[in-house]
Amino acid sequence: MGCGTSSSAKDRKSERALRAALIIQNWYRGYSARLKARQRYALTIFQSIEYADEQGQLQLSNFFSFMFENYTHVCEKDPEFVSRLFGNTHQDDKDRQDYVGLVDVPDSYNGPRLQFPLTFTDIDLLIEAFKQQQILHAYYVLEVLFETKKVLKQMPNFTHVKTSPSKQITICGDLHGKLDDLLLIFYKNGLPSGSNPYVFNGDFVDRGKNSVEILMILFVSFLVYPNDLHLNRGNHEDFMMNMRYGFTKEVLHKYKLHGRKILQLLEDVYTWLPIGTIIDNEVLVIHGGISESTDLNLLHHMERNKMKSVLMPPFPIDEDYAADLKNKVGTTAVPRGVRTSGSLSEQLTKHEWEQVIDILWSDPRGKRGCYPNTSRGGGCYFGPDITSKILNRYQLKMLVRSHECKPEGYEICHDGKVVTVFSASNYYEEGSNRGAYIRLGSGMTPQFFQYQVTRATCSRPLYQRVNIMESSAIRILKERLISRKTDLIRAFQLQDRNKSGKLSLGQWAFSMENVLGLNLPWRSLSSHLVTTDKDGNVDYMSSFQDVHIQKPVKEAQSTLIETLYRHRTDLQIIFNIIDSDHSGLISMEEFRTMWKLFNSHYSVHIDDSQVDELAERMDLNKDGSIDFNEFLNAFYVVHKFDKLHKSDSTLA
Amino acid sequence: NPQSFNVSYKKDPEWHGAYSHLARSLPEIAVAEFHKKIKEAFEVFDHESNNTVDVREIGTIIRSLGCCPSEGELHDLIAEVEEEEPTGYIRYEKFLPVMTQVLLERRYRPIPEDILLRAFEVLDPAKRGFLSKEELIKYMTEEGEPFSQEEMEEMLSAAIDPESNSIHYKDYITMMVIDEN
Repeated sequence: MGCGTSSSAKDRKSERALRAALIIQNWYRGYSARLKARQRYALTIFQSIEYADEQGQLQLSNFFSFMFENYTHVCEKDPEFVSRLFGNTHQDDKDRQDYVGLVDVPDSYNGPRLQFPLTFTDIDLLIEAFKQQQILHAYYVLEVLFETKKVLKQMPNFTHVKTSPSKQITICGDLHGKLDDLLLIFYKNGLPSGSNPYVFNGDFVDRGKNSVEILMILFVSFLVYPNDLHLNRGNHEDFMMNMRYGFTKEVLHKYKLHGRKILQLLEDVYTWLPIGTIIDNEVLVIHGGISESTDLNLLHHMERNKMKSVLMPPFPIDEDYAADLKNKVGTTAVPRGVRTSGSLSEQLTKHEWEQVIDILWSDPRGKRGCYPNTSRGGGCYFGPDITSKILNRYQLKMLVRSHECKPEGYEICHDGKVVTVFSASNYYEEGSNRGAYIRLGSGMTPQFFQYQVTRATCSRPLYQRVNIMESSAIRILKERLISRKTDLIRAFQLQDRNKSGKLSLGQWAFSMENVLGLNLPWRSLSSHLVTTDKDGNVDYMSSFQDVHIQKPVKEAQSTLIETLYRHRTDLQIIFNIIDSDHSGLISMEEFRTMWKLFNSHYSVHIDDSQVDELAERMDLNKDGSIDFNEFLNAFYVVHKFDKLHKSDSTLA
Repeated sequence: NPQSFNVSYKKDPEWHGAYSHLARSLPEIAVAEFHKKIKEAFEVFDHESNNTVDVREIGTIIRSLGCCPSEGELHDLIAEVEEEEPTGYIRYEKFLPVMTQVLLERRYRPIPEDILLRAFEVLDPAKRGFLSKEELIKYMTEEGEPFSQEEMEEMLSAAIDPESNSIHYKDYITMMVIDEN
């Protein structure tokens, strides 16, 4: 009797425990899933905005074409300006003296000193020095670049590599200036050597803050092991991309005296980087992807060094026109990249140029066929049928590429025929993604290795990591919103018939997508961006409450500020190009001319006089020249609830 | 199917949550809004942009839409949306109608905070206010629908107080609830 009741009490007790456990597990799984979804949403935001920016690059390219077509009008007023803008700064056959010879290394220099010819001890030396945040002297940077160019010139467009079970090869993807990731790879996988070959698949620079250091380690390793360290060009190995995405700034900041020389030499080095690597005649390794018209034979034989930049498509210039220009302008000024010997032979054909763009910019997708890559503005989206077709045509088995950030550091698609490998962990934000590398050997299946750089010794719990990522993503999204504030408000008001200040969630989402075109899940993101009342209606002005653009001059109109803020990266690139001697200054006249052209091409509805006025107020030295970096830095977004936002109190 | 839309939900106080704005809408509008929400959640996991997601992510998608099915219920749902010959991928065309019905019928409601707290208290009959690390691990990995090792580590990393090596569940719950709101 007693037994019976006590065992049923026990049963009831364990049943309650079971149900309690079920409740907790159920709740936790739901919570954890929602965290992971938020992480994905944040990643989507980062990616959308990144690609939208790349699309902006294409607009800029069109602008340069536009400028060229229209400059005859401009040059009538200011021929000198034009020649400065389009001046031919080619220095193809300068010798070592011109680069390195004039640079001295002082005795007081405490950084690493390389010994030429380079050996593996120099690799170690550099790594140890960079771990301690030392900066390599410009003299050595220039030496390395010069030597690298010499050796690269002898390499074919595609390097053919053979592996064996005892000599496997490691493929790494985008590094984007993240030194910690490169060091982690070398730590886990060993330094490059004759028995430990590597392929680095492009995008070594931009965005991260150690692009110089990565380049130096890779180039020095290449010089020591030219047959075992393979470098493929990525879309960021492009001097114009560098102007927008941070590498130019990094160089000029670290090398105040010799930065310009380094950048000029680098321009050339980039063009000599091989296009791809082919392993065991089976695996094609290129940075971006392919298109339905990819012609490997043509790519093998073209003169790859004529590919200067994605923003410099070949100009349809004819001999008479060139001569005409020469007469008008009085100098031999023509767009950069085009020699004044006037012949088309100095450029790639349009077809060749497009072939390279496809290799550097395309992305694989699940949809069959080949479509223009609209989010990036260059290259295409290629489907599994395209992959099969091209791989079969050249008797290849697999395509390894990079170019896209993946949460796990790598991703396999197209039935196992396409592998994406991305080696910059935490690319968008701490916790956003892992990095990975691949080891390949003939006769073995590819092995994938993942990692993630962490600052702390023990990693944060998931909810903290997600919070960091999410706030960062929402922050840049809000900056996007504020830069289109006028257009957004107009779109909202069109739908808000009774001027209530409110819209339904569906109406709000529709306008957001219409104006911003980012293809984001607006309904799911709405709680972060707007306030909603108990009826579920959106107070559309609430997005703009805690964020605003700092007005550099109090009286300037909001629409002007917004427009300049929105285009500030483009303007930065344009100014950088005008400022060919990298002085940081341009004249008021140049500024005005530039602005007028920009205004008309981008159909910006701002009065010339307003911009003039603003520039004049910002001519802080009052000497007729504008420090354009100061000009552009004056536009930044203030987040009301920031504890530490940039406060440039030097501008008063 | 809007015809079978049960209007009695309007009286339910729990309804005033994520979908409260639909309380006064016509059923057609409610369904259209559900469709858009489901599409958004699905697309974020559709990496190749071809209207399919990996079956292993379906649980995350369903839960991100506010539902809390148990593992068993999730298995049943997956069976409903899978192909006849499972491919490892779920197509949007199959997922949408099933998920819409789940939302319309308000299935798999989330656990309210107070129920969650009581569940922890059941496991802590001595009313100490905390569970030891070993106790939590034992319950979570041996009872109910057991956690995988990864799930256990993940929960511990946020829940555990490193000094006492225990889980002060009331604080933990409060922290998680704040984080979500």
